[in-house]
Amino acid sequence: MATVPWEGPIPDLLREHFGAAVLETSAYLDQPFAVITLPAMVPALELLHAEADFDYLVDITAVDYLKRTPRFELVYVVYSHRRNERIRLKAAVALGEQPLSAVPVFLGANWLEREVYDMFGIAFSGHPDPRRILMPEEWTGFPLRKDYGIVEMDNRWVQANLGIESGQ
Amino acid sequence: MTALDSNEMVLNMGPQHPSTHGVLRIVLKLDGERVTNTDCIIGYLHRGVEKIAENRTYVQFAPYVDRMDYLAAVSNGLGYCLAVEKLMNAVATPRAQAVRVILTELNRIASHLLWLGTHALDIGAITPLFYTLREREGVLKIFENYCGARLTTHAFRIGGLQYELYDDFEKEVETFCRQFLPKVDEYEELLSGNRIWRERLRGVGIIDAETCKRYGVTGPVLRAAGVAWDLRKAQPYSGYEQYEFDVPTRTSGDTLDRYFVRLDEMRQSVRIIRQAVANIPAGPIMAKIAKVVKPAVGEAYVSIEAPKGELGYFIVSDGTTHPYRLRVRPPSFVNLQALGHMARGALVADVVAIIGTIDIVLGEVDR
Repeated sequence: MATVPWEGPIPDLLREHFGAAVLETSAYLDQPFAVITLPAMVPALELLHAEADFDYLVDITAVDYLKRTPRFELVYVVYSHRRNERIRLKAAVALGEQPLSAVPVFLGANWLEREVYDMFGIAFSGHPDPRRILMPEEWTGFPLRKDYGIVEMDNRWVQANLGIESGQ
Repeated sequence: MTALDSNEMVLNMGPQHPSTHGVLRIVLKLDGERVTNTDCIIGYLHRGVEKIAENRTYVQFAPYVDRMDYLAAVSNGLGYCLAVEKLMNAVATPRAQAVRVILTELNRIASHLLWLGTHALDIGAITPLFYTLREREGVLKIFENYCGARLTTHAFRIGGLQYELYDDFEKEVETFCRQFLPKVDEYEELLSGNRIWRERLRGVGIIDAETCKRYGVTGPVLRAAGVAWDLRKAQPYSGYEQYEFDVPTRTSGDTLDRYFVRLDEMRQSVRIIRQAVANIPAGPIMAKIAKVVKPAVGEAYVSIEAPKGELGYFIVSDGTTHPYRLRVRPPSFVNLQALGHMARGALVADVVAIIGTIDIVLGEVDR
């Protein structure tokens, strides 16, 4: 990725408060992003909300880089109405690691984190309602992981609930 | 859900219920006629769109996006094309951009019309549905003449458009606009001045601007709470900065105000369409892009103002012809989350009105 350095008040603010926990501040295709350590994520969201008016959590999602260690990357998109700026915060997550829930900062994180759990199996600690959201509650497996095949399914669930041998 | 008091009751609304606009199940906890808690059960329409994307090429995946918010397929397509174009560092030609704006705004009108008709039907006003479907037919006819499809249009291509405009396109669009504006006034006569309608909706499902932001609510719901935020103005795309239009807002954030905002938005859409159609630049409809869509390694988040709010695509490219990861940020999904807030303390019958004015499409909520 041909990135350029991202300079300005926001990366400065992040570095000032989190120092070495800020691993990278860059921009790609004019879209700024910061890579930070996982424990710094929710404090960083809180800081950006309080000090820089990033008052709108646009999205939380994850990417499974199967061959990397740590394996996953969490992506938070935040927007500031006053600044009219959108930035991304990213942090690496290992398999089984539990990131802190962002619900205390943004209520909207609730369903978004549930979906990340549902699809990738990344459970958030302190989440008020840690259930699956799109898949059935009893389903086993996390569909958006790279080692989950496109036609793979929980056959036990399908047979018990749909009364058919297989969904394929 | 926790244990119930002796005076509480749990009521299942849906998944098969006409007013949930699809297969949405809401578990309502009631104290008498008042809602004390709601729990949305979603996912009945989950098709794994994001997983499918990883197993299709960029070009092959384009028609799939139409099937999320199928009432605004054109908007879905625009967002997707813009996101892939961003990754490829390409921009559609001026002619393609103008046509995209016209079709997207027509689609916004169609989406709002279907919303208005079904919402009124939920409330008990049957007549508007026939009127709004009649006008929506005009839009669908233009889509049909342009690309052969009415609902899941797949109207755009990465880099521009596939089809050149047909001969009477400008004339038909202008005729539609001319005939449509008085119809909006007609809806207003039917509903806005109707005392039953007003009393039924005023003060129902209030959500203020601050709460909207905490939930990440966007679109007409946010604007009805007094925030004049519209991505077409805030971060213009596809040449929206050339057109003059207003961002309609209201202040009280209730169901009635969301109705007014959407009516005004249809009028603004007509304004945009008229400016665009009077001035479609000549030139090619496709930008010069590689025949094989293969963006460089990297990632981008691109979003547009869909009829329901901010629709975003986050795409990670690993330099191959398939997206490594494609995330859709659906406005309906995020907005629906605020239902619990809006419905707390409301009557059961009001929940129907509130679901209606959030304007969700379950195809997009569940993906």
